[in-house]
Amino acid sequence: MTAQTTMLDAEPGSTPIVFEEPRIRSRWSLLFRSGTFWVGAIITGFWACCAIFGPWVVPLDPFADDLMNTLGPPDALHWFGTDQLGRDVFSRVIVGARDILTIAPLATIVGTICGTIVGLVTGYFGGIVDMLVSRVIEVMVALPLIVVALLVLVALGPSTPAVIVVIGLVFTPLIGRTVRAAVQSERDLDYVDAAQIRGENALHIMFVEILPNVLPPILVEMTVRLGYAIFFVASLSFLGFGIQPPSPDWGLAISENYGVIAGGYWWTVAFAAGATGSLVVGVNLLAEGIHGALTG
Amino acid sequence: MGKAIGRFVLKRLGLAVLTLFLLSIVVFAGCMVLPGNVARAILGPFADQRAVDALNHQLGADRPALSLYWEWITKLLHGDMGTSYTFRAPVAPFVRDALVNSLKLAALAFVIVVPLSILGGIVAALFAGRWPDKLISLTSLSLTVIPEFVSSIALLLIFAIWLRWLPLSASFPADAGALTQIYYLLLPCLPLVIVLFGYFARMTRAGVVEAMASDYTRTAILKGLPRRTVIIRHVLRNALLPTITVIASQTSYLIGGLVVVEGLFRYQGIGSLILTAARGKDFPMLQGGILTIGALFIAAVLIADLIFLLVNPRTRTSLR
Amino acid sequence: MIQMEQSPPPALLLDKVDVAYRTRGRDMRVLSKVSIRIEPGEAYGLVGESGCGKSTVALTVLHTLPGNGHVLGGKLEVAGRDLRRLDAPALRHMRAHDISMVYQDAGRALNPSMTVGRQLLEVFEVLGQGGQEAVERAHAMLARVQISGPARVMASYPHQLSGGMQQRVVIAMALAKDPSLLILDEPTTGLDATVEAEVLDLVADLRRDFNSSILFISHNLGAIASICDRVGVLYAGHLVEEGPAQQVFSDPRHPYTASLLRCLPKAGLTKRKSALETIPGFLPPPGAIIKGCCFAPRCSMARQRCHDESPPAYDLGGRQSACHYHDHVDFIAGKDLRPVVVSAPAAARQPALALDAVSKTYHVGGQPLHAVRDVSMTLQPGQTLGLVGESGSGKTTLARLLLGLVAPDAGGRIELDGEALAPTAAERPTEHVKAMQIVFQNPDSALNRAHTVRHLIGRALSRLAGLRGRRLREEMMRLVGAVRLTERHLALRPRQLSGGLKQRVAIARAFAGNPRIVVCDEPTSALDVSVQAAILNLLAELQDQRQVSYVFISHDLGVVRYLADRIAVLYLGRLMELGPAEAVFTGPHHPYTEALLSAVPSHTGRRNERIKLKGEIPSPLNPPSGCVFQTRCPRKVGEICETTEPPMQSEDDHGIRCHIPRAELGRLTPAHP
Repeated sequence: MTAQTTMLDAEPGSTPIVFEEPRIRSRWSLLFRSGTFWVGAIITGFWACCAIFGPWVVPLDPFADDLMNTLGPPDALHWFGTDQLGRDVFSRVIVGARDILTIAPLATIVGTICGTIVGLVTGYFGGIVDMLVSRVIEVMVALPLIVVALLVLVALGPSTPAVIVVIGLVFTPLIGRTVRAAVQSERDLDYVDAAQIRGENALHIMFVEILPNVLPPILVEMTVRLGYAIFFVASLSFLGFGIQPPSPDWGLAISENYGVIAGGYWWTVAFAAGATGSLVVGVNLLAEGIHGALTG
Repeated sequence: MGKAIGRFVLKRLGLAVLTLFLLSIVVFAGCMVLPGNVARAILGPFADQRAVDALNHQLGADRPALSLYWEWITKLLHGDMGTSYTFRAPVAPFVRDALVNSLKLAALAFVIVVPLSILGGIVAALFAGRWPDKLISLTSLSLTVIPEFVSSIALLLIFAIWLRWLPLSASFPADAGALTQIYYLLLPCLPLVIVLFGYFARMTRAGVVEAMASDYTRTAILKGLPRRTVIIRHVLRNALLPTITVIASQTSYLIGGLVVVEGLFRYQGIGSLILTAARGKDFPMLQGGILTIGALFIAAVLIADLIFLLVNPRTRTSLR
Repeated sequence: MIQMEQSPPPALLLDKVDVAYRTRGRDMRVLSKVSIRIEPGEAYGLVGESGCGKSTVALTVLHTLPGNGHVLGGKLEVAGRDLRRLDAPALRHMRAHDISMVYQDAGRALNPSMTVGRQLLEVFEVLGQGGQEAVERAHAMLARVQISGPARVMASYPHQLSGGMQQRVVIAMALAKDPSLLILDEPTTGLDATVEAEVLDLVADLRRDFNSSILFISHNLGAIASICDRVGVLYAGHLVEEGPAQQVFSDPRHPYTASLLRCLPKAGLTKRKSALETIPGFLPPPGAIIKGCCFAPRCSMARQRCHDESPPAYDLGGRQSACHYHDHVDFIAGKDLRPVVVSAPAAARQPALALDAVSKTYHVGGQPLHAVRDVSMTLQPGQTLGLVGESGSGKTTLARLLLGLVAPDAGGRIELDGEALAPTAAERPTEHVKAMQIVFQNPDSALNRAHTVRHLIGRALSRLAGLRGRRLREEMMRLVGAVRLTERHLALRPRQLSGGLKQRVAIARAFAGNPRIVVCDEPTSALDVSVQAAILNLLAELQDQRQVSYVFISHDLGVVRYLADRIAVLYLGRLMELGPAEAVFTGPHHPYTEALLSAVPSHTGRRNERIKLKGEIPSPLNPPSGCVFQTRCPRKVGEICETTEPPMQSEDDHGIRCHIPRAELGRLTPAHP
């Protein structure tokens, strides 16, 4: 307890009344003035456009084999060359954004929703519930995500819904941990006590009182996780447990073609690798921009 | 002091064993219960039902899960990881050899990345807001999310195909000396270094920036101490402590990366063992491999916790 | 200024210093033409409310302004050396030899991973002293700040020391180099009253032994008065008044100083006598363009000239005031303040609240911790019970027990209007829930920042008063009016309100269900004194209108005295004294109460003989045997104190838990604090 008698202040008190939303507005302006955010948004936006409009704008059919023209180097017709089946690499790279940009966000949403619920319940109730869930989380964290995914996918057999469920599942404890920490620090604030004193039930306190205040960290966590989801979907596809042929997915394309790079056919993998790298970096920059604006 | 530390270690050890136990259940369930039908998973959806039943019976998979688990775990405690479906031979020797290979690769990655990233993080923090910081922060931010197979491809194309400086495959000759082994392992460990560098450097930077802004650092500056003394004695001492735990917590991530990298570079490590087992539905091999890396991670975290405990005066003295 | 040839240069000289923080390309001025001169050996106090620029003065002098802060103009000298012209080695040399700083949180000022000794020796290391001599000097220095067993303390890590000890170590570190200037920035804020008193005494003692000049920055007028020769009053970055401490506090020459002093609950003033004075309006935000006098918009005697013409620092012979009408300051007093609570306390009916043998035991690592033990008390309708105690006294736990946030140990009984209360809020019927509400210390924490004021109050009304639709809106307007907010505040969120307005929202929420009892947990300690006065007035007024009872928790005896009808003094979870406010303040006192009262520094400068308590507050995990206060009691009689817990001696409704007969217990000189 502080010992103050004739006090003049203890913490900033006398700020004038402002009739606008200063912090919200500055948050948005902070976000829009962040170079990191814009670079990330432009890269991500580009690939999102490719995913949506790709099939209608690509010059050549990404699925059409041309066995007379396999492993052709880049030229005027095939800008990025052709692969082992003679398919146009440029068209495949553009359309290849589609599957990964469907699966990764869906998986992220599944993980975010489950993680938020787990985090709210464990953070709010604490005690035994928290103990049990923490232990389960610890077990899941002890294994590399990719191994957990492999294990489950071997069991279920690789398929798009399975990949979404698996990544959602392995993200749940990770997001849950972040949410739990945020909820625990909210739990210490007096408004939670005030709600209990008012006789509110746990559901109201968790979802109406606490949830709105932990949305910013959840949003940040979600964008960060989206980057990792892309990372994992691509890696799983590369390993043969993710997106299945004949999809032009990048990871899949690399796994199909990296056997021939020793022969100098670099274009079969280089563009897909560049596309994957640029997308994850783009999403990560976006996440960093949002993180900076929400916490800075 | 000894008694309290002993109690603490025992408690941590107990928790680790509990986690390991739960882990074994998860791994076992993943391999046995989830498919519901091991033989079906092996033989595929179009196999004849009689063949499936026969294989299930042969594998003993038609018995209750609990008794299967009991059998598996008791054998495991005697060092028997079962028999590989693919190789028709005990799993344990495979796992042991693969583990040794993987540890070499992981150790090389750690030896490169830990000093490099800590240095990078410290430099970034000391120049916070200026160009060295921006360069290091942006690089680490971007590198840390590049999937290993992407950076591997890029590195392969540049160093193995174009420049021809390094070998395409990581499998070194059986009689290779240490230096030759490092030469072969350099390329495969770089993708891991790239991912971890970003992560460690960012954590280190955050820790140092926080310590620089602390009241005790201000006290040290106001004592008139030279800047170098302030940074080494007051800032780094406090900022680098948590890095121990961070590094240990990334062991699991590193092993995940091994699965991709070892497969890509055709290296006989635990990662490629798990991958091959998963592709071949060789469940005993898969269980053995996964449980081993889980145990490895738990051990790493436990050791890091103990080191942290011994180095940190706050916990050390409270245990007195 | 012209200096005499032989006289040494002032320890600190600020001449028309302007400091600004650069935010989004704009300079926000935080100090305007501040001039301070501290002579060698002099102690100078700087007071002001939050946001007035006090700490910026310290940062400027130490050359540690944050990256975006810079000195725009003026002269800055420490011991005759121009601070603005020093290069890095010279600055380091100056910090090593001439200037020291002690700031608020000593726990954070010490490096957690180095021993105290090592950190102390660093001071000598910079001065080029080492070896056994440095160790001996360090021991001597610790002894000077009254640390017994210096060797043991030197070998400790900071977290092993208590808050008071940490602050002593920091002071020892600061004084070890015998600096020409020692800056103390809120050195006692955050410490318990008795510990604060000890630290202040220590600083006063050390002043005699060292030649250091002192710049003492605090919002606590009493602390300043007990240490300082001269005092400066800062308002919105302007030094509005300066002079000898006694004169400034007894005869202020600036309306801001005068108003500030009148906001404080004065000795003997209670809610039944008069409302407190307040200062209307708000501090101008940093960077605001100020035309004329900075205080004019809030000044009750401002005239046109004050709004047009910026007042210079008028020299009044040894003191200065930046007020055009500094001669008339005495006339601004005497607004007709009527008593707030007129109704006399009702004669003993059924108590609104009764506690009988209430205890709460926590378990920490298997050990029992008696946070509250065997507390019995009653509270009449429409009255205020003041709960007083230091950290670990159990006053907050007691509040949580009342509200049903934690369940009491079996055996205790809490009654509301004669009906037993269920242990936790979840088990209580709605009538009990709405009858018992709370106003928390920190409104930032107590109000959900995600919701608007309309939602915050509306939810309380629908939950507690069961209102819906039009009736809810009507009641909301009534409630909002009662706490002096307006309709336009309803659409705002807490962060858009000032501290005082936020606390009004919290009060409105507590009163939504027409409660019988409101627990006020330090409701004004996070507020500036002028805002505090307004909130205390509001609480008193609501009590008068609604016959509500308050359980008022505070460490500020002045505030408690103003509002409370009865006072309970807690120490380590035990009730030490309970009685009518008047009786508790005039005595006979429990020795602990006596020490608490004497620990309060008074800005009127009359120094009561301080009753020194030995040692630190014991850990509640390991309370002393017998009487829990015996380890620190200055009036300990003997073995009986260590073996037997004293009974409550009651007389005229005034109970004291002590072995000493009432007649022999201390009485403090009246009119205190």
